[in-house]
Amino acid sequence: MTQSIVVQVGQCGNQVGCRFWDLALREHASVNKKGIYDEALNSFFRNVDTRGGVDGADVSSGKICSLKARAVLIDMEEGVVNELLQGPLQEVFDTKQLITDVSGSGNNWAVGHNVYGSQYRDQILEKLRKTAEHCDCLQCFFVIHSMGGGTGSGLGTFVLKVLEDDFPEVHRFVTSVYPSAEDDVITSPYNSVLAMKELTEHADCVLPIENQALVDIVNKINQMASSGKLGASMKLSSTVTSGHGGIKTQEKPFDAMNNIVANLLLNLTSSARFEGSLNMDLNEITMNLVPFPRLHYLVSSLTPLYTLADVNVPPRRLDQMFSDAFSKDHQLIRADPKRSLYLACALMVRGNVQVSDLRRNIERHTFTIICRLMGWSRVVLQKLSTL
Amino acid sequence: MSVVTVQLGQCGNQIGGELFDVVANDSSTTQGLCTKKENESYQACCQERFFREEQSGLQVARALLIDMEPKVISQTLLKAVKSGKWKYGEKSYFCQKQGSGNNWADGFCARGPRHTDVLMNMIQHEVEKCEHMGGFFTLMSMAGGTGSGLGTYITQCLRDAYPKSFFLNEVIWPYGTGEVIVQNYNSVLTLSHLYQSADALLVHENDTVHKICAQLMGLKHISFKDVNQVIAHQLGGVLQPAYSSVGATAYGQNPVGNLLESLSPHPEYKLISIFNIPQMAEASLAYSAFTWPGLLKHLRQMLIASSKMEEGINWQVRPPPAGLPSEAKQSPNKQVHFNSSVANLIVLRGKDVDAADTACFKDSALYTSWIPPHVALNVWRTCRPFNKYEKSATLVSNSQCLLKPLDSVVRKAWNMFASK
Repeated sequence: MTQSIVVQVGQCGNQVGCRFWDLALREHASVNKKGIYDEALNSFFRNVDTRGGVDGADVSSGKICSLKARAVLIDMEEGVVNELLQGPLQEVFDTKQLITDVSGSGNNWAVGHNVYGSQYRDQILEKLRKTAEHCDCLQCFFVIHSMGGGTGSGLGTFVLKVLEDDFPEVHRFVTSVYPSAEDDVITSPYNSVLAMKELTEHADCVLPIENQALVDIVNKINQMASSGKLGASMKLSSTVTSGHGGIKTQEKPFDAMNNIVANLLLNLTSSARFEGSLNMDLNEITMNLVPFPRLHYLVSSLTPLYTLADVNVPPRRLDQMFSDAFSKDHQLIRADPKRSLYLACALMVRGNVQVSDLRRNIERHTFTIICRLMGWSRVVLQKLSTL
Repeated sequence: MSVVTVQLGQCGNQIGGELFDVVANDSSTTQGLCTKKENESYQACCQERFFREEQSGLQVARALLIDMEPKVISQTLLKAVKSGKWKYGEKSYFCQKQGSGNNWADGFCARGPRHTDVLMNMIQHEVEKCEHMGGFFTLMSMAGGTGSGLGTYITQCLRDAYPKSFFLNEVIWPYGTGEVIVQNYNSVLTLSHLYQSADALLVHENDTVHKICAQLMGLKHISFKDVNQVIAHQLGGVLQPAYSSVGATAYGQNPVGNLLESLSPHPEYKLISIFNIPQMAEASLAYSAFTWPGLLKHLRQMLIASSKMEEGINWQVRPPPAGLPSEAKQSPNKQVHFNSSVANLIVLRGKDVDAADTACFKDSALYTSWIPPHVALNVWRTCRPFNKYEKSATLVSNSQCLLKPLDSVVRKAWNMFASK
């Protein structure tokens, strides 16, 4: 099984990352009842034997002693990372995986990229190497950051360049949070554009996410929850925005939106971690969806946003889920692909869905989007995993 | 003679697991419809062909599992052990940590050469354990990375190492609407390379098998397991022991060789397809009765109309009347193309099989002009029923029915490549 390392840069990156690790632990806890350290856990966590002090040896199988996340946390001001370390997730992170400074980047891309980049380059490289050494077979880096700020966009893209130079065979998946039209930061357009150039050159695959789209999804769910009819039958703990069952007792403002992004990342990697009837590895995503090296921006969408209390999913509901996946209301970036051109699409399905359901829905949808698909890629990637 | 099976990639390994299950179950059931002596000789032949005995008494499949990621192999190994009747050898698998990423070139040019020594050693060990080596049977899909790329490379290496052996490659044709975006590239590259090294390519199309599951087996929710079981059933129908000539007293000892001899008279015609009848849900088996004339009539029309299922056959298609020049046989204006064959092999299994009359297949109109029909048709029979079907007939055919899918795949690959 391959391992992935998560690199969280900046305030946004670290907050999303925190939700990601929380949800990942929750997901594995629900599957892995016996507490055995298995292959699936190995992809994101190390099992450390803490009896030999903090720097214990890795235990590769057997019961879970102490899980450490394969992550590197970078932020130029201490507030967010400190909060993380004082919260319930402190056991999961190692103090040796952090890089912090005091003053922050002041929403300035150049400060993040050039000033802090050159200052911290060696430290960053050393931490990355250390984390990579603990991996048996490293497959990809997940970089989470925002485009509007200073650290996330500047230092985040600098880290990307470092990764490309020093780990050329490892895939770089970047989750970038783009600023929405009403953003607080005045220099965010400049920061985004400068960062985007770096992303086009150095990333293997970018998943752009827009804050406004996330806000819309959160509002939609809240509306559904509070409206009478469907609200009663909706399982509140199952919404894609909830951190239910995790460690947080009170929800903070951006938590709901960050949960959506965390869910996206978990679902993307699920086929590589758990077994299924038609597996998809992460390098297959790049292989199939990126036809030319610079066209690597992928629009993502998630369904369902919540489940009903009744677990059995009738076929009509399932078909509705597929239609939703293609609709612009469920996308994490505000764009309408049906009005423009699809180069390629991939459907990743988790749960009790069979090939026949998939085929039926693909046939339905290729008909509606066939005029929009570019001539050559009239083929939809489908992958199944059963959990 | 023994057949060494090489399972490549996720698809190959999953189908291989099902195939050995089918074969083991079939050989161990006592049908009661044939004599004890017959049964014993069938079981012994089947055993020698696919399994070897180990000290513990459990049968070990003569197979090698090769994949670039460990998940599917561990699943397949576990399933075999759970069956209780057979299992895979201790060291018969090879896997790496990271998959080929649906990349044919990765499998063929990168992984293949890197792991050649280890893989060839493994295969050689398995071959050495056979007393008489009857040939290689490889299972792979065309759309993925490992099965198609690495599979093609391994077949080439095996061909170089064992030039006098027989190679039968089973390839799975992907769904038309797509499983993998670059599947057309992978398919074209695989077919072009395999054509040089393999002796024959047995093809199963996912679309067709899916339809069989939906319409004939009556399954509402079809999973890949169901599809694989249908494919395994069809393959078992061909590969299990049968008498290859009239009046033979011993089961055909050279399954792959005999198959190739009957089906590939010309080295350029290697694509082979399987038509199987009847195919139905297990629950309905008890309530159905078949007659040989009925089965054979349907089978013949299935062949002519290129239909892989006994439902929805186009009965309008007829062979052209004899005496017309061969150009008239293939008029481009005809809506439904008549499927003309190079060679056919019919395998009949079940009750009263000697009474079955296959004369309708000897019609010269069915075949090309350069092969006389009495040579183009071969019939194998056994009175032992197969896999719970009282009577079953399998037609293995070297004919034109794969032309249409092949054209479509090549066209799509060119469109993709040429578009800007």
